[in-house]
Amino acid sequence: MKLYEYSAKQIFKKEGIPIPEGYMVKSSEEAGKAAQKLGRAVAIKSQVLVGGRGKAGGIKFADNSEDAQQVAQKLLSSHIKGEKVARLLVEEKANIQKEFYVSVALDRTSKKPLIMASAEGGVEIEELAANSPEKIVKYHVNPLDEFLPYEGREIARKMGVGSALISAVGGIIWKLFQVFSHYDAQLAEINPLVVTDKGVIAADAKLELDDDSIYRHKELMDLEEYQSEEFAFVKLDGDIAVIGNGAGLTLSGMDMIKLSGGEPATFLDIGGGSSEEVIKKALNLVIDHPPVKVIFLNVLGGITRADDVARGVITALAEAERKVPLVIRLTGTNEEEGQLLLKEAGISFETSMEDAAKKAVEICNSL
Amino acid sequence: MIILDKNTKCLVQGITGKQGSFHTEQMLNYNTNIVAGVTPGRGGQTFGPLNVYDSIEEVKEEMDVNASIIFVPAPFAKDAAFESIKHLDLVVIITEHIPVQDSMQIMEYARQQGVTVVGPNTPGIISPGVGKLGIMPTHIFQEGNVGLVSRSGTLTYEFAHQISRAGMGQSTCVGIGGDPVVGLDFATVLQKFENDPGTESIVMIGEIGGNAEERAAEYIQDNISKPVFAYISGTTAPPGKRMGHAGAIIEGTSGTASSKIEALESAGVQVAQKPSQIVDMINKSK
Repeated sequence: MKLYEYSAKQIFKKEGIPIPEGYMVKSSEEAGKAAQKLGRAVAIKSQVLVGGRGKAGGIKFADNSEDAQQVAQKLLSSHIKGEKVARLLVEEKANIQKEFYVSVALDRTSKKPLIMASAEGGVEIEELAANSPEKIVKYHVNPLDEFLPYEGREIARKMGVGSALISAVGGIIWKLFQVFSHYDAQLAEINPLVVTDKGVIAADAKLELDDDSIYRHKELMDLEEYQSEEFAFVKLDGDIAVIGNGAGLTLSGMDMIKLSGGEPATFLDIGGGSSEEVIKKALNLVIDHPPVKVIFLNVLGGITRADDVARGVITALAEAERKVPLVIRLTGTNEEEGQLLLKEAGISFETSMEDAAKKAVEICNSL
Repeated sequence: MIILDKNTKCLVQGITGKQGSFHTEQMLNYNTNIVAGVTPGRGGQTFGPLNVYDSIEEVKEEMDVNASIIFVPAPFAKDAAFESIKHLDLVVIITEHIPVQDSMQIMEYARQQGVTVVGPNTPGIISPGVGKLGIMPTHIFQEGNVGLVSRSGTLTYEFAHQISRAGMGQSTCVGIGGDPVVGLDFATVLQKFENDPGTESIVMIGEIGGNAEERAAEYIQDNISKPVFAYISGTTAPPGKRMGHAGAIIEGTSGTASSKIEALESAGVQVAQKPSQIVDMINKSK
């Protein structure tokens, strides 16, 4: 689960990381009021979950309440990389003297949390990493050990931070690691971490949490960002719905559709061990997606049983409100039983993924 | 064959649960050497021909055992994994949805103890003719000399099926697991296949995300002499919406299907566009 900046900042604040004073708003009037309350120049920041917001024009500044209202109106009617802007964060505009970069991320290769920090923060950090990797301090934390504040200060010293700021910056690095570990994060990032006349503060905040750990953070289920998802479901631009059991097989099904000249309309992974009920829900989900002209259901059962799939298909088709042609590839555990059920119901099926994908594209082209 | 062989004596953690009991029966039917079950609080019960114990320590006092397969639910999987890492040499974690910070701790402990972990979130491992520690449907596998290693469960089945139907078989199939943090990686499995006299060629199935395939390509270039064939799923997937910068800094441009295919091809690996091409590729290499 990715958090909006304002939610991430609330968590940072709770863990003791200084943040700018600010308010999350959903209308231009509220934005004006927030600017008035702050009583000084403000930054107005679009709250979206896509990256590259600043470069895409999602952050503006305003000198007073009236300005703020106008700027907010424009931002609230805009999209950033396809994501509609529905929330803004109105914050005091920081008087920036210097920008640092700090993050804690999951490093798949070493299988450890990786802290990265640089005295040259800001939007060009990825270019810096590519061109001057020596300017980024990297520090792996042993997942079985405690991470202590002195380690944060050592990282700060390696960044080139002097004595006057070493406790503040080192302390924030330590606290950011606490956020990462207490909240089961996959990424906790501050870019930029800014030095102002009032101290060191997190001007931005990115926090991505591990969906699999949400059961031990029940309070996070109240966040606006939280969605309980039964399927991995992504809508795409094409007209052939692709459903499969397992991410790899579903991705492969999409690739086969494309290789046969078609365009996938969905990626829907029903996962392992799907019941009749789950198949029904998945089919209804894509039938309800208007651009879908043909459905390609690709099942090679392992824990998923082909007879359960067949039963789900039969009831879903009988109850469907919109008739959409369905191409089924059904093999694997209990395939004889599943295929027999389909035959008896007069539903045809394929046993090869590639043949089935080709057929789905042919049907789609003939419509 | 690799990892799972005639010397593997395995216990089942979570044997009395729904998944654990169903798949223990399947593993026994496939003649796998399963020697005991463990469920805390159920010591003294039996499961088919097996005794159930409260702890691994107890099993070890009574018999020879060196491996475990874990079916316990995600919230308790870390505890189960640490217990087996302490006492055994091989741990297969079938459980999915384990918090990734738990997985990092499991892998660090396994590294310290010198224990092999397969998974989590894996269909497991099968050496046709010897047994399976996993949940895969057995009828699509048969004895042979193709080594198969995959990140995806169902694509393992897809390729094993194609290979078996063509009259070839598999030495061992290893699902390394679909999670961001897993135990065995491609490179280690490739090395084991390279050293295995029963394996003549290797099929490696990857997917988009992370840089495991790129690292494997690097390893193959310098260390693998047997023919390797690969398939990468997700060529047509739209680029993921990456959030912060940290991922990009760690992984650079890797992660996309084209980055992986390019890396593998430049390491001399033939990459199939479709699963059905793999069999032809293997035949031509002979």
